[in-house]
Amino acid sequence: MLSRVADNLYWMSRYLERAEHTSRLVDVNLTLMLDEMGESSERRWKRVLTALAYKGEDLALADGYQAARELAFSRENAASVTWCISSARENARQVREQISSSQWQRLNRLYLEVTRMESLGTEEANLSDFFQSVQDGIHLFQGVTASTMSHGEGWNFIRMGRYIERAQASVTMLKVFQRDFGASPEKATESTEYLEWIGLLRSLGSFEGYCTTYTADVHQDRVMEFLLLNPEFPHSVRYAVDSLRNAIEAVQGEGRSRRGAALSRVAGRLQSSLSYGQISEIMARSVQDYLESILRQCHEIHELIYEIYVHYSIESALVG
Amino acid sequence: MGAPEIEEFRISGLHTYQIDEVYDEMFESPNRVREHYRPVFDTLMALPADEIRRRKQSADMSFLNQGITFTVYGRREGTERIFPYDLLPRIVTNAEWTRIEQGLIQRITALNLFLKDIYNDGKILADGVVPREVVYSCKQFRRQMRGLQVPRDVYVAVVGSDLVRLPSGEFVVLEDNLRVPSGVSYMLTNRRVMKRIFPQLFRRYAVKPIEHYTQALLSTLRSLAPEVRGEPTIVLLTPGVYNSAYFEHAYLARQMGIELVEGRDLLTHDNKVYMRTTTGLRRVDVIYRRVDDDFIDPLAFRPDSGLGVAGLFNAYRAGNVTLANAVGTGVADDKALYAYVPKIIKYYLRQDPILNNVETYLLTDPVKRNHVLQNLDKLVVKAVGESGGYGMLIGPASTAEEREEFKARIIADPRNYIAQPTLGISRAPCLTEEGIQPRHVDLRPYILFGDKVTIVPGGLTRVALRKGSLVVNSSQGGGSKDTWVLNS
Repeated sequence: MLSRVADNLYWMSRYLERAEHTSRLVDVNLTLMLDEMGESSERRWKRVLTALAYKGEDLALADGYQAARELAFSRENAASVTWCISSARENARQVREQISSSQWQRLNRLYLEVTRMESLGTEEANLSDFFQSVQDGIHLFQGVTASTMSHGEGWNFIRMGRYIERAQASVTMLKVFQRDFGASPEKATESTEYLEWIGLLRSLGSFEGYCTTYTADVHQDRVMEFLLLNPEFPHSVRYAVDSLRNAIEAVQGEGRSRRGAALSRVAGRLQSSLSYGQISEIMARSVQDYLESILRQCHEIHELIYEIYVHYSIESALVG
Repeated sequence: MGAPEIEEFRISGLHTYQIDEVYDEMFESPNRVREHYRPVFDTLMALPADEIRRRKQSADMSFLNQGITFTVYGRREGTERIFPYDLLPRIVTNAEWTRIEQGLIQRITALNLFLKDIYNDGKILADGVVPREVVYSCKQFRRQMRGLQVPRDVYVAVVGSDLVRLPSGEFVVLEDNLRVPSGVSYMLTNRRVMKRIFPQLFRRYAVKPIEHYTQALLSTLRSLAPEVRGEPTIVLLTPGVYNSAYFEHAYLARQMGIELVEGRDLLTHDNKVYMRTTTGLRRVDVIYRRVDDDFIDPLAFRPDSGLGVAGLFNAYRAGNVTLANAVGTGVADDKALYAYVPKIIKYYLRQDPILNNVETYLLTDPVKRNHVLQNLDKLVVKAVGESGGYGMLIGPASTAEEREEFKARIIADPRNYIAQPTLGISRAPCLTEEGIQPRHVDLRPYILFGDKVTIVPGGLTRVALRKGSLVVNSSQGGGSKDTWVLNS
């Protein structure tokens, strides 16, 4: 497969995952805003913007709708859903002959829907519909991808993009959240902060999964354990890293393994640390440092993927 | 001569169907349908107008869903449109086709010999058959090609020549496209759609198949690979998604099962060409390039090109990679050189041309130039290096201002223009808003020249869908129709 094609598929997938994450996060916060309890909504929106690495003009955060609209429809801001979906489509457009026509049509339709909704006006009720339909559209795309695309190299680059993005987005979210709430005692999650922790679970699409595993009793370390270490739930960091590593190994199996030795090692190390990690140990030390180190390793994996498959030097590729 | 006088027709609009001295593909005279068009005519008579419209819609949907589009330049960036398409097939008899085929083989063989000659010994120039200044003043002449050996001496491997039919019924060559001819994907998709829309009609005719085009193209490219290195790696080089023919590039690459690459996917090292893949660098042997000469290598040609591959031309010179078509072939489809093609055929093959040229005035000759300038309202003037219907003046349809403008341009640079008489090119029946109406058509067969010559029967029939228009180019409101060559 051409390096450029791998590059396009990887980013198409990352941008879609990012759009989904942003949609869910903003949608959850719009709802949360209506149950005003203790903490001001301004602080919450600040957290959202930090978690999404928002870089743009200052927004009036008092009512939140301005921020939500910006994150939904901005064409310039790289944190917005519309921007992410346009970029995903642009990437797909360049490799149209490499993906199935159903995939292309599905993504193209999503793009048209998103750009059309913007012009429908941005009533508050519509905003929630918008975020919902984006998530639905992306889920449909993933379904179409799984069932119409050959599960070969291209598919694995799509998986790499999706899961590395998911792991990074979740960990970033946890980091921002921990900074504000991590200090509180273990079981003080009753009245005021209870809603915040549920908000966190919902933002990561994990509330129902959590309840099935631990019941609706919300404890900080259980939430952390579920979001970080659960092996079965697709939105946990561990699940994302497992899938990322599977995809990497699948691609390496097809190529020359020697070139990928460093990547195998870094991905394997990260996976093991999550597989064998214990939440009590993690919480006993600095959680911020722990999360930071996961982010660093994800970044390292991304760099290695590019070094090995896309931007390799001529010399390294000619030998052997 | 008027409208058809056949009693049985019930199709709306046929009473305004114009038949005059121009050759009509369907009607021999107002009361006689050509024998080979009988089944089409009968089908049209038998189908209610609604049903015809329904089938037309079904065809349109098919094109839309497959995303068969092209990009129009000079409008808003990236305007995509469906390629306009007409439902009624254009039919060519076996006897007509045999002559076309022989004529094209003869013509392309001679043009390949000509290219080899001018880039090597230059005998034809020394013998004064073609004036040196015509060749050397051509913007498409590439001195970098001098003395370079191309595999099998094939300079043009893929050709699309434009033919038109005169009132006498004779097919003549209007121009050759020896650089990067396009449109073949429309020929292939037209056929696929037609089979779905008119299956019965297909069965009533014995139509020669064209589906093997992509395989033939692949084996042509394979036969041009540099020395044997096992199975050659063949790629299609595209300028990218913003190119007007990107759909075609993607389509052909997929049909041939080869990689569709952009300039940035390729690199050269030690005079060899590689493509970047996820499993490392892979050597490339043959490049079917759809990028113009100018842009193919910033080191050898235009330095501002971002579409090409630095060092590609050196690798080509070294014989490590084949470019199809070769660099510098545009000199042979220059519209001024076109006037010499009959002489070129005679010089190399000692044969008379089977397919004739259209009479052409070279404006570098002062006598002819004056004649042309005084008769601009009756002639067609074309810029020699342009294609796609750009840079043209159609005398009878032009305004006085346009003629003045062209007059000034011709005087400023006479080498850059040629003039031809306005031709009464043939018309074929088309489904239009006003019912079935005749529209001007041409024919672009695609010729493949490798270890052998392959011409898939037929080609792309292009239609000037605007009433009275003579311009068939897709960029100028032209469309296309399926072309059926009959087995007997």
